Amino acid sequence: MTETILDIRDLAIAYRVAQGEMRAVDGASLAVPAGTITGLVGESGCGKTTLARALTRVMPGNARLAGGQALFAGRDLMTLPEAEMNRLRWREIAFVPQSAMNSLDPVYRVGTQLREVLVGRGGMDRRRARARAEELFGMVGIEPRRLGDYPHQFSGGMRQRVAIALALALGPRLVIADEPVTALDVIVQRQILDQLLELQKGLGLSVILVTHDISVVAYVCDRVAVMYAGQVVEAGDVRTVLTRPAHPYTMGLCNAFPHLDGARGVLTPIEGAPPDLLAPPPGCRFAPRCPFAVDACRRQAPPVQAIGGTHLAACHRIAEAEALRARAARVETWAAMAETVA
Amino acid sequence: MSGPRAGVPLIEAEDVAMHFRVGSALSALVGGRPALVRAVDGVSLTLMRGESVGLLGESGCGKTTMGRLLLRLLRPSAGRIRFDGEDIAALSGAGLRRFRARAQMIFQNPFEALNPRFTIAAALAEPLENAGIPRAEWAGRIERAMELVRLPDPGQFLARRPHQLSGGQLQRVVMARALLLDPDFVVADEPVSMLDVSVRAGVLNVFREVRARLGLTAIYISHDLALVRYVCERTVVMYLGRVVEDGPTEAMIEDPLHPYTRALVAAVPTPDPDQSHAPLPIGRGAPDARNPPSGCRFRDRCPLAHDRCAAEAPRPTRIGARTVYCHLHG
Repeated sequence: MTETILDIRDLAIAYRVAQGEMRAVDGASLAVPAGTITGLVGESGCGKTTLARALTRVMPGNARLAGGQALFAGRDLMTLPEAEMNRLRWREIAFVPQSAMNSLDPVYRVGTQLREVLVGRGGMDRRRARARAEELFGMVGIEPRRLGDYPHQFSGGMRQRVAIALALALGPRLVIADEPVTALDVIVQRQILDQLLELQKGLGLSVILVTHDISVVAYVCDRVAVMYAGQVVEAGDVRTVLTRPAHPYTMGLCNAFPHLDGARGVLTPIEGAPPDLLAPPPGCRFAPRCPFAVDACRRQAPPVQAIGGTHLAACHRIAEAEALRARAARVETWAAMAETVA
Repeated sequence: MSGPRAGVPLIEAEDVAMHFRVGSALSALVGGRPALVRAVDGVSLTLMRGESVGLLGESGCGKTTMGRLLLRLLRPSAGRIRFDGEDIAALSGAGLRRFRARAQMIFQNPFEALNPRFTIAAALAEPLENAGIPRAEWAGRIERAMELVRLPDPGQFLARRPHQLSGGQLQRVVMARALLLDPDFVVADEPVSMLDVSVRAGVLNVFREVRARLGLTAIYISHDLALVRYVCERTVVMYLGRVVEDGPTEAMIEDPLHPYTRALVAAVPTPDPDQSHAPLPIGRGAPDARNPPSGCRFRDRCPLAHDRCAAEAPRPTRIGARTVYCHLHG
């Protein structure tokens, strides 16, 4: 049995907004096995970035913990005193933001920024820091002489490599990467993902990779959790979830994705939009867009249930998943929802 | 799509170039030379009526600049672009206005393409007013455009402002706006890149459907071959301001001829957990349009480059329905 490095239990994060309190994450549970890459996939507003940020406890001023736990090696990150949390950041848990520009200061040379982390946070002396900075650049495939360059002198892909080097500076065990390749061209994207895979294997890292792109999940992740409207609706190993999804939302996501293989056919959109989190619908949050919703779905929130092994899903019709998958593969099934949600 | 006048060229671009001078006034003061960026550098491209062509390449390959040139949002530094037989650089006055109505742009970011203070009705009326369409026709045209992009019951949307619509609905409004003046030609620049996957499909379906119904000639600009495949029968691959391969999309995916196309095809992400993790057949590094390599521009990242690639730029070679610019085939 693999060790669980991070155990998120029923986590809720709320934002105070003008109209009230909005739970961006609302009862999300997820176990991250050590030494794996776990994908956190979902669309805009599903809470994936809020969840990822909450794990570092770096959150906007209007956000608060509204419940639940995130146990990192047995300690709850949500209630750890700030001084303790600060000791974990960089050393144990590191963050790679979506846009590397957000983690790099444009007015300092990247080497200076890297050494600042190594000296200021890691307590290294200048000489060791310099050697480590060169080593880190080597690890992410950048020539060490470029430590003297400013962020704007790097291409988007190279900046993302710098951001990865920065995150790895103090040898963390858990790396949280928020859409690390989203803004990049396909070729650069693939090269960065290859680099990430190599580093993860080489260093035995545990990675949480936040993405909206199931193909990125398919390429690098061992496990995946699918989020919808603040909740984890399905989780399991990547092959099972992507080839035998049990939640209709996951089925829909897989169908909506354009491929290079197979027939060019018609892509199947999921009609409608995610619910307003200020006033989420009662019952299953996907029910208003789900072609398979029955009365129970609109009344009662489905519990997360195990399907087999580590495969989990929150759907009232979980027992019929196989039949639903067959129906979900047909365009008409989803098209029929167009009028309902309009 | 074979429209009633298929086989007749609508757009003919001949050896088009767009060079930008970049470098700040400040750097000029201290003696720095402004650099010349050859964003587009000798592109020839013919689009038949009703044809839908994908312009594919990485950031900086010149695809967006090429799209803007074809709409005369930019004037080329060299070369000529004919639209329906007329040189668009020579257009002015009424002729230019007519061209502007016939050739439309669908913008990338629907959240920015519409003024947040305007209602959808106002956003849709604006181009009609600018084009001098009689007010009596407005409602009919707006209704028809909204119906084309499958925003049924326009009454529901017209009084709203952009923030009250979802991304998918907004992008359909942006598309409707481009259709109001009955264009013959549209350029769509990464129109779904800002949208979530579940709504992307709907917008792509609408694009495909509208194009077929109206017999539109279209350019679809993207870096994602899977998207291009979905809406374009033909694809033109660009690299550092030049075309490297041009031909039917399916054939290109099955058997890419240019080494760059090969890398692009291999890099397309797929949702298949068993996909190949083989290293991409391409060198690292980003293409630099200020300082492109001699000869073939791809040669410094090409795994198959040889001496001739540095010495001379490859000439176009026809192979079946495809044209490839590579010495391996020339």
